[in-house]
Amino acid sequence: MPLLDLAGTQVEVDEDGFIQDPASWSEMLAAALAKMEDVENLTEDHWKVIKYLRTYYQQFGIAPMVRKLCKETGYDLKAIYELFPSGPAKGACKIAGLPKPTGCV
Amino acid sequence: MAKFDETPIVKDPAVNGVLSAPKLREHASAEVRCHPSKPKDTAAIDLPTERVPDWQERAVAKLGELLEKNKALRVYMDICVRCGACTDKCPFFLGTGDPQNFPVARAELMRKVYRRYFTPAGLFPDLGEAADFDEEMLQKWYTYFYQCSECRRCSVFCPYGIDTAEITIAAREIMASIGVATKYVTEVVAKVYSTGNNLGIPPAGWKDNCEFLESDVKEETGLSVRFPVDEKGAEVLLVPPSADNFANTDTMIGYGKLFHFLGVSWTTSTYCNEAGNFGLFLNFANLKKVNRRILDAARDLGVKTIIWGECGHAWRAGIYTPTLNGPMDDFEPPYPYHISQYIVDMLHKGAFEGHIDKSANDEYLVTYHDPCQSARAGYLIEEPREIIRAVCNRFVEMPDGTIRQKTFCCGAGNGLLTDEIMPIRMAGGKPRAMAVKHTGANYLATVCAICKAQLPESMHYWDVPVKVGGVIDLLARAIKM
Repeated sequence: MPLLDLAGTQVEVDEDGFIQDPASWSEMLAAALAKMEDVENLTEDHWKVIKYLRTYYQQFGIAPMVRKLCKETGYDLKAIYELFPSGPAKGACKIAGLPKPTGCV
Repeated sequence: MAKFDETPIVKDPAVNGVLSAPKLREHASAEVRCHPSKPKDTAAIDLPTERVPDWQERAVAKLGELLEKNKALRVYMDICVRCGACTDKCPFFLGTGDPQNFPVARAELMRKVYRRYFTPAGLFPDLGEAADFDEEMLQKWYTYFYQCSECRRCSVFCPYGIDTAEITIAAREIMASIGVATKYVTEVVAKVYSTGNNLGIPPAGWKDNCEFLESDVKEETGLSVRFPVDEKGAEVLLVPPSADNFANTDTMIGYGKLFHFLGVSWTTSTYCNEAGNFGLFLNFANLKKVNRRILDAARDLGVKTIIWGECGHAWRAGIYTPTLNGPMDDFEPPYPYHISQYIVDMLHKGAFEGHIDKSANDEYLVTYHDPCQSARAGYLIEEPREIIRAVCNRFVEMPDGTIRQKTFCCGAGNGLLTDEIMPIRMAGGKPRAMAVKHTGANYLATVCAICKAQLPESMHYWDVPVKVGGVIDLLARAIKM
């Protein structure tokens, strides 16, 4: 597994830059991951999405369905894409330290 | 991402009826490869965790075994006359221009090995007809057999009826047996065994999604549509692609509204909430094992009927069910039963009479993308069209050479829907995108979760402004409860 120097620490990531150990996530790390996803600054709007993703993941072991994410955070899909250009499953999940959703998505 | 736009696919057969071969670009896609599998996944699905030491001998032995078991494969090895009818039919060749993506050239990668070890041509290596299964050959197999989506469009045009997908399937089976596979496919199969579905949604998450949809539909429509989970004694077990209960929620809501309207009791299963069968992309043992879960779930819940959801590969694997895992005569016929067939049967029975408001879909000019696996491999061609015509006023077909039996792959089927090969996906998706553009449609309907994930990306990439959605989504909009 490649190691990436993020926010001053060596973190194990997969080929797509998703962190391997969800426990190694921190807000500092999120900011560093954000830069990789073309998100220059994490605003309050970003944090709202990130925190929702993390809470949901901790409870259910999976990212929330996109429809639920939109409804619970109050951002529609277009707004999510504006916040996270690579989308909810890739950009937002990566920054929130969730594994990459794969399958037919 | 570099655009594969030097190839003039716009003039391709499919679109204007004019065949113009793309400019050849040797090795154009030689460097685009899937990430290799991880030991944690391969260990979970009974594959070697790394390449076995005696991989050459074992690969050749495996090829020998497959040639014995699958007589068609041996015929396909022997009868090709290299006429070239297939060369410009493959979306991945049309998109990349890489001649190694000619179906015949791809198949030659196996034929050379076959001739080397199983025919007298192997005695004359200098003639160039035979080749060792060495490191270089293995790398070519890994690259190019994972740039084929087993869509079988080439087979439609082969005067000898060679099913080139069978060759790709055999190549992947051989590679899997020596510990060479892709991360995407093996990870997904492993998730099916640990969670019941490709996405890895654990039972509690699945139930949460279903409860959320119940409250969401109630809020939007006032209807008490249910999304039941693990309900023993339900009439129908719906096996959707798990993506429907994650990303394609309009399709999931479509199933719920349909059964609600018909008053049919139904359920999903947390043991098997996945119709898609990635074993098909990997090897026979996993194809069979993943398929078996559907029957086990249905028998455990005591349902009368199993209905497969909108998923192309699911349907291809689904129609094999009795062959793979034994008779289904403890279920009510017809079986296997696809949701589109079920809806058409209900239409013919008059179940929707007076309850369809086609104008609900008037904002859409709809066109239909035949998923290669459900149309070409699964004979599901007229049913989705009949549904669309019954629920929409405005429907337009793409050009003849691009639909029904001659449909183009979305560009990401059979294990290619993974981001590291995005250039291949976008290149392979170009013929389909151009045909959609030709119609001017603003709704691209289809019945496959992989297509529904790939098409929005490929349509955006090729500047085709269109919404992608399911067929049942359109029905759900038009039903008056």
